[in-house]
Formats: sequence, C-alpha cells, structure tokens
Amino acid sequence: MFDDHSPIYRQIAEQIKADVLRGVLNAEEQVMSTNQYAAHYRINPATAAKAFQHLVDEGVIYKRRGVGMFVSADAQGRLRDQRRERFFADVLEPMVAEAQALGIPAAEIQTRIQQLFDQGGNGR
Amino acid sequence: MTLSIRTDGLRVCYGDTEALGDLTLDLPGGKIYGLLGRNGAGKSTLLATLAGFRKPTAGTVRIGGEPIFENLPVTSRTCLIRDDSGVGDTGDNLRDILDMAKHLRPDWDDKYAGELMDRFTLPRKKTVGQLSRGQRSAFGVVVGLASRAPLTMFDEAHLGMDAPTRQLFLDELLRDYLARPRTFVISTHLIEEQSPIFEEVLIIDRGRLLVREELDELRTRGVSVTGPAELVEEFVTGLTVLSRQRLGPTVQAMVYGLLDEEHRRRARAKGLELGPVGVQDLFIHLTDNGRTEAEGAIR
Repeated sequence: MFDDHSPIYRQIAEQIKADVLRGVLNAEEQVMSTNQYAAHYRINPATAAKAFQHLVDEGVIYKRRGVGMFVSADAQGRLRDQRRERFFADVLEPMVAEAQALGIPAAEIQTRIQQLFDQGGNGR
Repeated sequence: MTLSIRTDGLRVCYGDTEALGDLTLDLPGGKIYGLLGRNGAGKSTLLATLAGFRKPTAGTVRIGGEPIFENLPVTSRTCLIRDDSGVGDTGDNLRDILDMAKHLRPDWDDKYAGELMDRFTLPRKKTVGQLSRGQRSAFGVVVGLASRAPLTMFDEAHLGMDAPTRQLFLDELLRDYLARPRTFVISTHLIEEQSPIFEEVLIIDRGRLLVREELDELRTRGVSVTGPAELVEEFVTGLTVLSRQRLGPTVQAMVYGLLDEEHRRRARAKGLELGPVGVQDLFIHLTDNGRTEAEGAIR
C-alpha cells in the first residue's frame, strides 16, 4: 500500500489528489474521516491527520465543523491547473533529454505523438 | 486515560553487565511508540523496568508522574506482555487466567476479552501449555488489549503468529486505540510491517537511546548519494555517512540527516543521483556495530 521511502502523509495526500483529479472523488463529496482512514490503511491516526491537514492547507478539502471533511468545489480545476503547469517540466523536458541521449530525431517523436492523439489514446 | 513515561538517567545492570545506561526519556501519553533495537540492545530490559518488574540500578522511572517500582496503584494500570514468559502458568486454563486478570486489573473489559478470544479463535478450556507458540502470543495480545491499561506495552508480542494473525493484531490494536486512546509501546523487529502504526519511533542501541523521531520524519532522514567516487566523496564531506558501497568507479553513500535545498542543488549540478532510504535500511545501518564514523554524530 505505502512504500517505505517517503513520508506516509505525503503518499496519502497524493492518492487523494489523484482521486479528485480523476473524478473518483467529486466536489462537495465527503472524504473518509481520519480514524476511518487510519483503520482502513493500518496507519497511525496522527499520520492520517497530518495528510488531511496538508490537503486543507492546499485548499483541496475543507472541514465542516462536526460533520467531516469535504472536497472543495474548485479542487479538481485547481489540481488540473497545477498539473498542467508541471507537465512540461516534469514530463516533456525529461522525455526530450532522453530522446536526445538516444539520438531520436524530433520529427520522429512529433509524428508518433500525432499518431497517438489521432487514435484518441492517451499514450498509456 | 493515558499515562506518560519519564526516565531520568536510567541505568540497569545485571551483575557487571550494563543493559541500559543513562537513558533519559520523556514520552507524552496517548501515543503509539515503536521501540526498535537489535537483539541485546536493551529493549526488553527497558520495558520490564517501565512496567515496574525490575528495579533501576540508578536513575528514576515515572509513569504518569508516579514512581513505578513496588507501587501497586500504578503497576495495576500498566500492562506488559512479554514474548518469553507467557501470561499465566502453563497448567492454568485460559478462562481462569482471564478471570484472574479481571480481579487484578481495574481497567479490564471482560466483554471485550471474550470478543477477542473469538476473533483469535482461542480455546477457553485449554491450558497455556496446550497452546501453540502462535496461540500463546495471540492470548497475550488478548490479555494486553482487554486490560485496557492506560500504559500497555507489547514486547515482540507477535512471535510465532502467522501473517493473517499478525494483521489481526495490528487491526485490533489500532481499532481499540482509536476508540480508547492510551499509551502503547511496541517493541518489534518487523519494521516494515508494523512501523506504519507508530507515531514515534525510539531506536536503542547498546543500552542507549540512538534515535527518537516521528515515524514519518524518519522516512525522510536517509538519503543515498550515487555517482563517481570522487564527486560523491566531495559531496558527503561534513555529512553523517552511515555506509559506502563501491561498484567499480561508482560509489553509493548512505547519508543520515535532512539535506537542505543547497545540498540538493549541488548534487543535481554535479549529476549525482539522490535517492530515498527506507526505515528498515536506515535502522540496519544506524545500529551496525561495525560502524565508526557515524557514532556520536547522530544524536
């Protein structure tokens, strides 16, 4: 479930963000409570609480006093904007660097990218 | 109700042998602490002393602010389940042991004990001597959890349990902790399996406290640095290096401590590869008795 290498709270936060991004968790939907999360994933509740606090600070979820935590209305849009900004630096630039190291010409990559877009695939 | 733990200059000796030396701890109540250490590091001695089973040679132990040794009002609210001595005598049957625990322990929950007996499928009419190793451990867990002691300690309580039973143990412990917060100290060698339920980790080594850290922080404390030997050596100068591995011209050094942005920038600029180190690997290298340079630099 969790890898042994990075803080668990960060892994939890990333998973919840991924769920929001993919629409598994929708706007105004309630998320699991800290205790439910801790019991379900067999982790310390303080660790789960830290992950949720992190998401509250980022505006992905918000607290309704006495009720629980919910996905913010604009969470998906906001996360998508963040990912788009990072896409070129995180995905495209390393890809180009790898292509240059392997001697793959830009034209070949462009053709392939166009093919994938035409197929309606997402490259996976 | 939770109990805090405080030791000051705690020292415990067996004859000429010092098992614990100058151990000072201040652990607030209500958390789950993981106690890690190699065999013979002093884990069991520490737990036995915290439970009041053993008198300190020097220094003090206070549980919830009170001295623990020969102090029944406090010891009855402290529960230590040990791996070596089972709960009760081998000739006693489980039902009688549970009955006795009910009278000895003020926080005991009989109904919960019954539920746990069923969940771990333990035979009430059998004697301790008739149980398998894993069943004996499971029975220890039943007594430990049902005692609902404000300070509950498990000294490798999972020994002999199969994987599904160990999972049940962690699930039950966590569930009951969420419903009734109290102080738990759990010593274990199963770092990867059990550490996610810890809030803080204590590592003791040769009777001394080596590390006390939030579990999630500990996960960021180890960094591996890989690259050409000369560049790696230059980079790690002044850092705490736990180990080095050489593979031809390449060196991988394991560094302990948080790397700041400046270090990370320098590593990137030199083409050095930085990677995370798992808690288990970190533990292995921190407690490697052959090491020299890391010693003293960690605390």
